Amino acid sequence: MTARITRRSAAGLIAAALSGGYLAARPRAARAADAPITLLNVSYDATRELYEAIDAAFTAQWLSQYRQKISVLQSHGGSGQQASAIVNGLQADVATLGSAFDVMQLYTQAHLIPENWAARLPYNSSPYTSTIVFLVRRGNPKNVRDWADLVRPGVQVVTPNPKTSGAARWAYLAAWAWASRRSGSTEATTKSFMKTLYQHVPVLDAGARGATDTFVERGIGDVLLSWENEALLAAQKLGRGMFSIVVPALSILAEPPVTVVDKVVDQRGTRRFAEAYLQFLYTPQGQQIIAENFYRPRSPAAAQQYAAQFPAVAQMVSVEQAFGGWARAQAVHFADGGTFDQIYGQ
Amino acid sequence: MNEIVQALPQPIAGRPRPPTRALARRDARQFRVLPGFGLTLGYTIFYVSIIVLIPLSTAFVRSARLGPVRFWDVVTTSRVLASLRLSFGGALIAALVNAVFGMIIAWALTRMRFPGRRIFDAMIDLPFALPTAVAGIALTALYAPNGWLGRLLALAGVRVAYTPLGVVVAMAFVSLPFVVRTLQPVLGDLDREVERASETLGASRMQTFRWVVLPSIWPTLLTGSALGFSRALGEYGSVIFIAGNIPKVSEIAPLMIMIKLEQYQYSEATAIAVVMLLASFALMFGINALQLWAQRRRRAR
Amino acid sequence: MIGRQQVPEELGRYALLGIALVYLTVLVALPLLIVFVEAFTRGLVPYIASLLDPYALAAMRLTLLTAAVSVPLNLIFGIAAAWAIAKFEFRGKNTLVTLIDIPFAISPVISGLIYVLMFGAQGWVGPWLIEHGIHIIFAVPGIILATTFVTFPFVARELIPLMQTQGNDEEETALSLGASGWQTFRLVTLPNIRWGLLYGVLLCNARAMGEFGAVSVVSGHIRGLTNTLPLHIEIMYSDYNYVGAFAAASILAMLALVTLVAKTLLELRQPELRAGIARQA
Repeated sequence: MTARITRRSAAGLIAAALSGGYLAARPRAARAADAPITLLNVSYDATRELYEAIDAAFTAQWLSQYRQKISVLQSHGGSGQQASAIVNGLQADVATLGSAFDVMQLYTQAHLIPENWAARLPYNSSPYTSTIVFLVRRGNPKNVRDWADLVRPGVQVVTPNPKTSGAARWAYLAAWAWASRRSGSTEATTKSFMKTLYQHVPVLDAGARGATDTFVERGIGDVLLSWENEALLAAQKLGRGMFSIVVPALSILAEPPVTVVDKVVDQRGTRRFAEAYLQFLYTPQGQQIIAENFYRPRSPAAAQQYAAQFPAVAQMVSVEQAFGGWARAQAVHFADGGTFDQIYGQ
Repeated sequence: MNEIVQALPQPIAGRPRPPTRALARRDARQFRVLPGFGLTLGYTIFYVSIIVLIPLSTAFVRSARLGPVRFWDVVTTSRVLASLRLSFGGALIAALVNAVFGMIIAWALTRMRFPGRRIFDAMIDLPFALPTAVAGIALTALYAPNGWLGRLLALAGVRVAYTPLGVVVAMAFVSLPFVVRTLQPVLGDLDREVERASETLGASRMQTFRWVVLPSIWPTLLTGSALGFSRALGEYGSVIFIAGNIPKVSEIAPLMIMIKLEQYQYSEATAIAVVMLLASFALMFGINALQLWAQRRRRAR
Repeated sequence: MIGRQQVPEELGRYALLGIALVYLTVLVALPLLIVFVEAFTRGLVPYIASLLDPYALAAMRLTLLTAAVSVPLNLIFGIAAAWAIAKFEFRGKNTLVTLIDIPFAISPVISGLIYVLMFGAQGWVGPWLIEHGIHIIFAVPGIILATTFVTFPFVARELIPLMQTQGNDEEETALSLGASGWQTFRLVTLPNIRWGLLYGVLLCNARAMGEFGAVSVVSGHIRGLTNTLPLHIEIMYSDYNYVGAFAAASILAMLALVTLVAKTLLELRQPELRAGIARQA
């Protein structure tokens, strides 16, 4: 039976294989055509403007130094979403994500990078820092001053989903750090504060961009828990005078990390360029661009030059200090069944 | 193997099985006259297999790794359950709303002559021709609190964008063509003499509709609504922009699959996908049965 | 007496017509209108500038390429499937027809998911392919595959009923007069189904160029490389670039309008085409 069918259908199968072969042959043909060197930087939501400027400066510098054209391609999305795409095979030469947890996944889920990835570049591989601030509407009509005001009746808070967004995780940890440092606080009171806080969230977007969009363009909510750089951008460029920034008494020192994706650069033969790209972030020019885009630069010179544009946070806690590092923070708060699931009742 | 054999040509039952080249022998009329059967069927089966069947089977294989207990746990966590409830519930409401309005629209387009009728008629297919991302941002712009309709509705205290209601609006948008397009030919064929007769016998319009029109169109109405329901159930692009995506409030099941995928929970993602796939298959067979039944009823009349 | 009865009846008819038109306007016409209004809020120059943006142009190119590959693939399949199904009797035919319908019945997200499960680095054949430098997911082939999947039934679905109603008589006559199989198809069958073919291709193309969910799962969102026009809309939208988002949307909306006009013209030429749409849509 089968033999007869095969004979009758052989011609059909050949025709099918020919047309299918076209699909399979495509990537190879496409690669041969790509003469200039390309790097793919897979990054998080908030860095679109930053890397647009970095890419232009880096490629110009490389061209003048080595007479070689590099083009840097960008992909942006929620930090967790982007890490998962890399784990699933997105050919990122460098990953510049919103939190160390997301970069860690490249090791734990797929061994794309070595375990000691963070030690390979200065400052734990994070070329800049940032923090979480409040963005409020003109004149601060709900008079929001600090974390305690977020849970007042009638106040709506916009923040993205900590499961998929780096910014949201930082915001969550900042709120937790504040609540757990109140006098007389216990784990139960902290959790109850967090639960109330998230009851005041009308929209939980997947990424920081979506959340900013919900707040700025769609007019939802009274407070946006935002990356400092996103808040400064929104306050200065998007709606001049429409928003103002409120700096809470306590916030978190966010250290978004960068890494070369070893498995990809070794296969593509792009390691040299990818490493040079990341090192460029630490150069005076790179730090300058970082500061111009409202991220806190690491180099003391740039930090001093741009000190005025960054609001002072009275108490800045780090994940190391307050949560004993990213791995622990992740396990306790964001893993399945962690505190976020408990307060959100998954 | 059994299924493969079933899908392949067989001699018509009752006819003695010929000793050789059984495939070419079908009923007398087509007896080895037209060429190309092996070629086209071979290609069709090959193509269906590589594009649809093999990729689809990966979903079932992957979710099977969970085992029945874990599978059940995954699809019954409150957040997943809420998303399934919203997808099914929202699609059901959208289908019901469109059943009513779709019927009125189909009736107006087939029974009334008015200026611009052809334009309105062509407009029915717009939700189908308009890419879902375009529909998504357009509906969001309309129904956001500062949009044209959102502003009006806000005065009445109704919020559409970023609520489950927004999900229903987007679903109603995408499923409208199914109801109208399924009903139109049937309403056109309906014998108007019977309606007139009913009216001359003193029946009110409502009574005529209830006792004369509805009984003859309702299998078709059900088919169209089921088609619309099926489309709305799986809809993603137009919904996610307007939904706001709040866990347990306005997250739809397809989004839940995306979220699980982004959290490296591949088996969990496929478990939700399998629930939706089974629903889709059940709907597909239900709709096929409905269509056959509606056709038979119409022929019988 | 007659007058009294007719007035409320006429009123009722017009009330129903009013409801129908208001529903259509609010649900369908306004969204279309707002796309163009938003696209032109800042005037013509920013509109054109955002369409000439290199990323927008790259997205348009990728969208055209995707349609240019997946539509012909599905066209060839559609003709083959319709020939086998409409012209011959065999067991399992109903099962085959049902299988062809699957992509219409399932969520676009699932259509993308299954390709990630197949070709992703954590998937079934993905690790092997990636080891050998073949990238399907997060690259152009994945986008084409996902698009081919979701647009897979269009041509077949349109041709099967058309060829079934036309029967085999003409082809059989041609063959008995000595025409070859290919001549028969080209000179007898093809002219008979050409409008249906065009109709199917038209709908297939509209969906191929507009697909969002499935493509979104497998794209990787690399600017200038793996963003189709619908994905470009999403990126512009989340970049606060509303003019850019709605300008790109207006291109796709115009495509939808052209599709609708062409579809209406085809229906005027061959009214029975329309019967297929209820299932197609």
